[in-house]
Amino acid sequence: MLEQQLLNALTLGSVYALFALGFTLVFGVLAVINLSHGAVFMVGSYAALAMVSHLNAPLWVAMLGAMVVSGTIGLLVDVLVLKPLRARNAPHLIPMIATIGVGIMLTSAAQGLFGAEVLRFPEDVMPAGEFMVGDVHVRALEIAIVAIAFLLMAVLFTILKRTQLGRALRAIAESPKAAYLLGINVEGLFHITSFVAAALGGIAGVLIGLNFNAITPFMGQPMLHKGIAVIILGGMGDIRGALIGGLFLGFAEVISKAYLSSQMGDAVAFGLLFLILLVRPSGLFGRKLERKA
Amino acid sequence: MNAPQQPNLLSIRNVGKHFGGLHVLQDVSFEVPAGSIYGLIGPNGAGKTTVFNLITGLLTPSAGQIDFQGQTLIGLEPHRITHQGIARTFQNIRIFKEMDLLENVMVGMHDHLNYGGFGIFLNSPACRAAEKKARERALELLSWVGLDHKADMLADNLSYGDQRKLEFARALATEPKLLLLDEPVAGMNPSEKTILMEEINNIRNRGYGVFMIEHDMRFVMGLCDRIAVLNFGRIIAEGTPDEVRNNPDVIEAYLGKEDE
Amino acid sequence: MEWFNDFWSTYSTLVFSVGVHALLALSIWLTLSCGLLSLANAAFMGVGAYVSALLTLHLEWSFGSVLLAGGIAPTLVALIIGAPVLRLSGVYLAMATLAFGEVVRITVLNLEITGGPEGLNGIPLATEGWHIALILAVAVYGLARLRRSKVGRAFEAIKEDEVAARLMGINVDRYKLLAFSLGAFIAGVAGALNAHFTFFISPREYGFENAVDILTMAVLGGTSSLIGPMLGSSILTLLPELLRSLQDFRSLVNGAVLVLVVLFLPKGLWESRRIRAFFKRLKGGQA
Repeated sequence: MLEQQLLNALTLGSVYALFALGFTLVFGVLAVINLSHGAVFMVGSYAALAMVSHLNAPLWVAMLGAMVVSGTIGLLVDVLVLKPLRARNAPHLIPMIATIGVGIMLTSAAQGLFGAEVLRFPEDVMPAGEFMVGDVHVRALEIAIVAIAFLLMAVLFTILKRTQLGRALRAIAESPKAAYLLGINVEGLFHITSFVAAALGGIAGVLIGLNFNAITPFMGQPMLHKGIAVIILGGMGDIRGALIGGLFLGFAEVISKAYLSSQMGDAVAFGLLFLILLVRPSGLFGRKLERKA
Repeated sequence: MNAPQQPNLLSIRNVGKHFGGLHVLQDVSFEVPAGSIYGLIGPNGAGKTTVFNLITGLLTPSAGQIDFQGQTLIGLEPHRITHQGIARTFQNIRIFKEMDLLENVMVGMHDHLNYGGFGIFLNSPACRAAEKKARERALELLSWVGLDHKADMLADNLSYGDQRKLEFARALATEPKLLLLDEPVAGMNPSEKTILMEEINNIRNRGYGVFMIEHDMRFVMGLCDRIAVLNFGRIIAEGTPDEVRNNPDVIEAYLGKEDE
Repeated sequence: MEWFNDFWSTYSTLVFSVGVHALLALSIWLTLSCGLLSLANAAFMGVGAYVSALLTLHLEWSFGSVLLAGGIAPTLVALIIGAPVLRLSGVYLAMATLAFGEVVRITVLNLEITGGPEGLNGIPLATEGWHIALILAVAVYGLARLRRSKVGRAFEAIKEDEVAARLMGINVDRYKLLAFSLGAFIAGVAGALNAHFTFFISPREYGFENAVDILTMAVLGGTSSLIGPMLGSSILTLLPELLRSLQDFRSLVNGAVLVLVVLFLPKGLWESRRIRAFFKRLKGGQA
């Protein structure tokens, strides 16, 4: 029934938004489409699972751990792959192709380490508790997911709008050369952004992993496609767009699955993406792809 | 001047261009006669390159008419405008760096190579003949600018002055009736400028029309039959080099009010 | 002859694969030569495979017609989506073609006529070595001729500087569409050939991973000449075979290749100018 679906949509959409935020952050600041974002999402999930299962860590510690692990991978990708390409002034498509390779390597590694079967979080670790609000069945887990997602997004928004760091990032997004001339440590901020973005992807992975209680090495791929759909919908490089786009996609998907068919639900993301690209490539809030040097 | 029934080569009437609230050009009018060298000068930012962009179809005018040989150019796609007979060089040189000089010039001949897919696939005699002729013509054009001995060199390896010359030869390859030159001698040394000056005179004598934007006053005054002066998007003077040189508005535009 | 027969019975599938992959690599090379990064070629291959297989299974057309149909079907699709999609540049185009590929895959996954997730089984074995060899030879010849003609120069010009190309009289939109649809045709024929020697096809073979596979082959071999894609496809098809233990790590190798080539060999293995310069130096040494 509708309210139940709305709850599902909110849960899913908030994580989509979180994931897309990391993605769009890298695009806005580094001007790179990092197609390994789906893979770090998946890595975050496995990292949390490993900490919970093998280190007996409480869930919230595992979540932080996942963010650190994913963030570190994002940082390494920036330092080892993206930085040399920046130095070379490589055209836009080249870093994107390289990140495709990174994503594939991470997925393959995960498959090698953990196998291809679906893994689950241990029973006792998941937040238990469910209750009824009117006719709607609410799980404590869903509340936790939405709360965490929105909390992180709120922190990110605040940093971007209200702090010196945020101003510096926005300056770089406008023009890295100008920012550099203003004395901003552009390279350092590139590294930090890559770390934070991947960390957001990682925690999104944990949240989705918990929500569906299913972790596989291949979960990153469809998520990446949804992330792409979200940022194109909302506009590449736009933070509000990622939030609104994510919620919208969650909504569209859940409604399609509930009232049309499950398969249509999968196709929705791509159909939307395709349509938007044809009609209004810059998305709801986006700006042009090329920015001043 | 021109016989009344023969339209001027290029006719620009009351052309305006604005981007949002920014008016880049307002009420710009002038006529470029056939077989002449016409100059457009003005301080930086006056809107000169915008005029070229409008003529070649990269931008659409917000107002006014642009006619070439009596036909309107507005609404035509750039490649169709080239087909009509207008070629152009760029302020910041846009040669194809990964091709050699010969190939660069041969790209300019694209429109004039009349063979299709079947000819290509079967390597028909017609196709081979057309390519051979194109190659010869490309070498000829390169020789006009003194670059034929470097025909197999990669364009990226050319010096700045040579790259400008290459762009010039490539524009000629499109067999234009009107050649738009955007700062053709920028960055060249005096001897190179003299050579290019001679070359432009030569091509005018071969029947091409030339319309150039330039900052080098000696070059412009020495070469052009008529000159238009653009300042802040408006034409403030138009006439022969002597008329323009002595026009007080022009002097003020260039020297500003510091002269007081 | 004895050893040849043995060799053939063991390795014919592999040789066929190399041929088909070479065609696919050439198809993406064609779009890349025009400056387009299209991730749709795996989907085009899939369309060709399914259309040809269905025609064979249900209508029993001859192999020749089926191959032709397998090429024409994706070409028509490319022509339809090409006009709007090719207006997009660079990254947007890559994503649009990626999305299109997924839409195709999901559609095929859910249609009854295509057998859904189980795919199509029992496609008669019709492809023979000489089919692949002939088609590959024709394709290489055709593309080589194209390169040396005004079309090849136009592609190169568009790839370097679209605006300058337009001003040279090149109808950029039409040429992009040509590269895109011709690439689709080649990919479709490759798909049809493939379907008729693996006798089983499923949606899983035509998804994003496969599009990346094909891209990797072209990137590895190098896109400056026709030899590049053929070299890249040969290496990436044969390597997992020669090093059996690598079989499981096929994806890992693909990914690593992509990253390493982009970082260290940006023009790929076979870069014509480097090779030519090398030979010139050799000759110079002997003088």
